[in-house]
Amino acid sequence: MTVYSPRDLDEALDLRARHPKATPIAGGTDLGVHWPQRIAGDPADWLDLSGVAELRTHTWTDDELVLGAGTTYWDVIRDPRVVGALPLLVRAARQVGAVQIQARGTWGGNVVNASPAADGVPVLMAYDAVLELRSREETEEVPLSEFYLGYKQMRLGPDQLLTGIHIPRRTYDFEWFEKVGSRSAQAITKVGVAVTRRAAEWRVVANSVAPTVCRCRTVESLLAEEHPVSGPSDLAPVLAADVSPIDDVRSTARYRAEVLARIIYWGLRDECPMFT
Amino acid sequence: MSGGTGIDIRLTLNGESVVARVDQGDRLLDFLRYGRGLTGTKEGCGEGECGACTVLLDGVPVNSCLIPAWQARERVVETVEAVPEEELASLLESGATQCGACTPGVVMTAWWVRRNRDLVDTHTLRELMAGSLCRCTGYDGIIEGLEAWLESAAPGGESEGGA
Repeated sequence: MTVYSPRDLDEALDLRARHPKATPIAGGTDLGVHWPQRIAGDPADWLDLSGVAELRTHTWTDDELVLGAGTTYWDVIRDPRVVGALPLLVRAARQVGAVQIQARGTWGGNVVNASPAADGVPVLMAYDAVLELRSREETEEVPLSEFYLGYKQMRLGPDQLLTGIHIPRRTYDFEWFEKVGSRSAQAITKVGVAVTRRAAEWRVVANSVAPTVCRCRTVESLLAEEHPVSGPSDLAPVLAADVSPIDDVRSTARYRAEVLARIIYWGLRDECPMFT
Repeated sequence: MSGGTGIDIRLTLNGESVVARVDQGDRLLDFLRYGRGLTGTKEGCGEGECGACTVLLDGVPVNSCLIPAWQARERVVETVEAVPEEELASLLESGATQCGACTPGVVMTAWWVRRNRDLVDTHTLRELMAGSLCRCTGYDGIIEGLEAWLESAAPGGESEGGA
């Protein structure tokens, strides 16, 4: 096992190209779980990104917020501008673990860890975030909603690192995030959803109900076209086209499907005249 | 870049500059307990859930069981041994500790709140303390002790982000 510890982004990209099998690690809130057993069972090499200062900053422009991939949940929670401009980021961040996890877990790590239960990803996707993927040679931009290809599969080349997350600054008519877990802190999501609306344009993004965090495009169309919905049971068959929940250690497929329909119905009821 | 058996790191630990060789498989928790004899920091779950291993990294609470020791290089680490004993009176009087397993982590998070009082402008004490699981006290003693601690005179020490 070798640990590569780049001091800046150029060195990180160079090491990434030369050692594509080394696992990038930032806050370690997932990779660090049962670390001694992980190390014992796997002689993998590591690319430690925690010392790369360029990844740790977040910057505002007129048009967007750019989160360096190493920006932590806590960095976002502590920036009062985010609450005003992109409140779902803060709402989601405060539901991740507790401060001990929020201070280490990074937005970029949450994206490339590619867990279907990722808590940071639904709100990023509901805000139409675009990922900045860099290699030594070039920079590529990929919409987050097109990044995942399947369970833990993503459009990330062996020489690429996720370096930044671009979030457009827009005015939304409606923004909402809900997470259902076993308790209100220190819990992994059983089912969650982030929703935004600008005029007739909806984003409905769910986690823990499919192999990847996913947009519920059938539901988005139903909302845009203002179809009448008289209760959660009207939404469930529509959602079945968008999600494919499973039974696992945290919940069951049936619970997830029913609860997702209920939280969307009750969360949007006051917002949607066609919900009766 | 580091290979072989150990990685040399330099960090600031409880106010002292420390140079040490850590094993690649060592967590910050292991380095503190077995490398430095700072056994106040406890291991509970080993998966970042219970908060017993909480220390301050650059002034903010983290789970030391989740951090490879080599990630502590060039960082500022504070453990429960650095908290002045006289600061703990409020927690003792309120019954914030019973069996003691969670207590070092509770103290470190409370110490961070104490040094960053503006946190209560945006967070409740229960949300700030949610990273410590306590199976004895029912949490009321912890919260009451922290409330009393916040009302007492200002401490020394570094604020969040301070090094």
